[in-house]
Amino acid sequence: MFKGGFIQNLPKIYGLYTGGFAVFIILMAIAESAGVSAKNIGVMFVVFTVGIYAFIGYLSRTVQVDAYYVAGRQVPTVFNGMATAADWMSGASFVALAGGVYFGGYTYMAFLVGWTGGYVLVATLLAPYLRKFGCYTVPDFIGTRYGGNLVRACSVFVLFIASFTYVTAQINATGTIASRALGIPFELGVWIGLISILICSMLGGMRAVTWTQVAQYIVLIVAYLLPVFWISSKVGGGVFPHLMLGDEVARLGELEQQFGLVKNSAADIKAAGVPGGLKYISGPHSAVPEGGMAVWKYLSLAICMMVGTASLPHILMRYFTTPSVKSARRSVAWSLFFIFLLYSSAPMLATLSKLSLMDPNLATGIIGKSIADVQAIEWVQRWSEVKQVFIADFNGDGILQLNEFFMRGDVVVLATPEVAGLPFVISGLVFAGGMAAAMSTADGLVLAISNALSHDIYYKIIDPKADTAKRLIVARVLLVVIGAAGAYIASFRLTSILGSVAWAFDFAMSGLFFPLVLGVWWKRATREGAIAGILTGISSGLVYLLYVYPKFSVAIWGVAHDPWLGIDHLRFGMIGAPICLVTMVVVSLMTKEPDAATQKMVDDCRVPTGKAVLGKQH
Amino acid sequence: MSNKDAHWEKTRSHMFVTLALWFFFSIVIFMFGSELNNMSFLGYPLAYYMTAQGSLLAFVIILFWCTGKQEDIDEEFGYAEREED
Repeated sequence: MFKGGFIQNLPKIYGLYTGGFAVFIILMAIAESAGVSAKNIGVMFVVFTVGIYAFIGYLSRTVQVDAYYVAGRQVPTVFNGMATAADWMSGASFVALAGGVYFGGYTYMAFLVGWTGGYVLVATLLAPYLRKFGCYTVPDFIGTRYGGNLVRACSVFVLFIASFTYVTAQINATGTIASRALGIPFELGVWIGLISILICSMLGGMRAVTWTQVAQYIVLIVAYLLPVFWISSKVGGGVFPHLMLGDEVARLGELEQQFGLVKNSAADIKAAGVPGGLKYISGPHSAVPEGGMAVWKYLSLAICMMVGTASLPHILMRYFTTPSVKSARRSVAWSLFFIFLLYSSAPMLATLSKLSLMDPNLATGIIGKSIADVQAIEWVQRWSEVKQVFIADFNGDGILQLNEFFMRGDVVVLATPEVAGLPFVISGLVFAGGMAAAMSTADGLVLAISNALSHDIYYKIIDPKADTAKRLIVARVLLVVIGAAGAYIASFRLTSILGSVAWAFDFAMSGLFFPLVLGVWWKRATREGAIAGILTGISSGLVYLLYVYPKFSVAIWGVAHDPWLGIDHLRFGMIGAPICLVTMVVVSLMTKEPDAATQKMVDDCRVPTGKAVLGKQH
Repeated sequence: MSNKDAHWEKTRSHMFVTLALWFFFSIVIFMFGSELNNMSFLGYPLAYYMTAQGSLLAFVIILFWCTGKQEDIDEEFGYAEREED
């Protein structure tokens, strides 16, 4: 059945895997109707899928540097696209995106444009050139192009700040999902999540992460799309919701008029004892807010996310694993296609979920019904118990108003199947999907950090004579240490303090975007310019974040500051990146032009053919 | 101009064209969000449709087009890689 090597058989292997997963879902559905409890089905879904990832991780173990850092540069185009999509779509994308659209409407959807548009920058400005360069890590490119240990160390520093901010959020998400699905305490869930992440990456590095990410993509996309299509046909949204929800969106506008979009005062919310993190609908679903400031806030958020995408090392390094420059470029397009499948479904899920709760004509509608009746509904009780749903009768009329129903954003994805009356097997599938999304991103991030530390700091700076065995031991030890540090911080549940995933994008864009892009596109860019750009960019971004984020600014200055020109803590890259650009250009022009060897290096990375700038083993 | 320079010249203008398209679908459209929302597409308000799905789809199409075009440019100047090994 399997002639030829592993790579030639990939379509067959993953075809079988997908078929096996479908059989597993059917078996679970049979088990459910045979009376197996909902909780046990959830446990089986998570254990089964994580077990498979661990098995793939074990099969992909390696003792070669090339395989450990860049999967032997033989990942085919389309599979690399899937792996990148899984690497990219985090636990937050999976469980929180639809909830964000649900509560934030049009304004929030700047994230959708930002998190997809960035790939155009990746494909045109960076991916093919970095692939030609032949580097193992992103700092490897910066260090070689500009020359010297200082600039290499500076870029590792930015990579560390950006990726570590991101990874604690991912380990947190893994822990949350593991704890809910397995019914264990959160702190234990975090460590179980960490062990699952490490099993996938420790033995085989990039090679193992690549093949588990492909498997994780298949699970997460099935888990996201199946409920969307099912719910849509069930609530009368049509069989293909993406093209057919126009009426539903219009209907939501009418319902908003009917119930009224009321803002609760902070005092009311506090008095009613609404648990932290729960939100209510106070903005329109599809209407565009008026005014120049609203437009600027939308655009600045989209810009930060796009430019940040093109600077995040764990994404860029995925394109180092393809066999050629051409396939690196092409696989960016495939990545975006696979990401598009999920992102374009999130607003549809939000629409369907909102409608099924708001429309009084639907059996599932709860807004406008008597509060006593709503509180008797099974899913409301279940999610209220875990403080994910809350009802407050502000006006005391005994009827549930739009502004009186509070919910955590994650519930949109996790509970909608239940609300719409789908069998529990779908909820189990959604848990497995969320777990896959969080694990795949955490894997990529932990690997990006530990590879930069082991290759760029240990091998290139501290001990350039280290042999292969020693390099790989150091890489693995660092992987465990970084993972454990992330889990340790995540176990304190600091995420509300650490802020949002958006910070990782702003950090990366402040310190890395222009040094990377100008490294390819501007021969005149010098080492001194790059060092100055990285340092001023990241530090000005960081200082502005401290200034503008109320929790930090109160701690430091004793007062909260108003954002300057509407640039709040989600958008601080708008300060860091321009400062990085200006400094880098000015300092480059003031210093001596790069030598002929460096210029030739840049010339070489601009043409697809010929030898890589860095050798196969370096 | 050497072959290499001519290739890079063409690659660079292709990059600018791609980024212009990207700029249109990511920035320009949303500068006029509230005006566009009075129009409709597939029954959705237009600006809502673009941010929920339209621009995302446009990026996918732009990328596949841009990739194909760049491969043609590499071919034209004799820089096409031999089949993937």
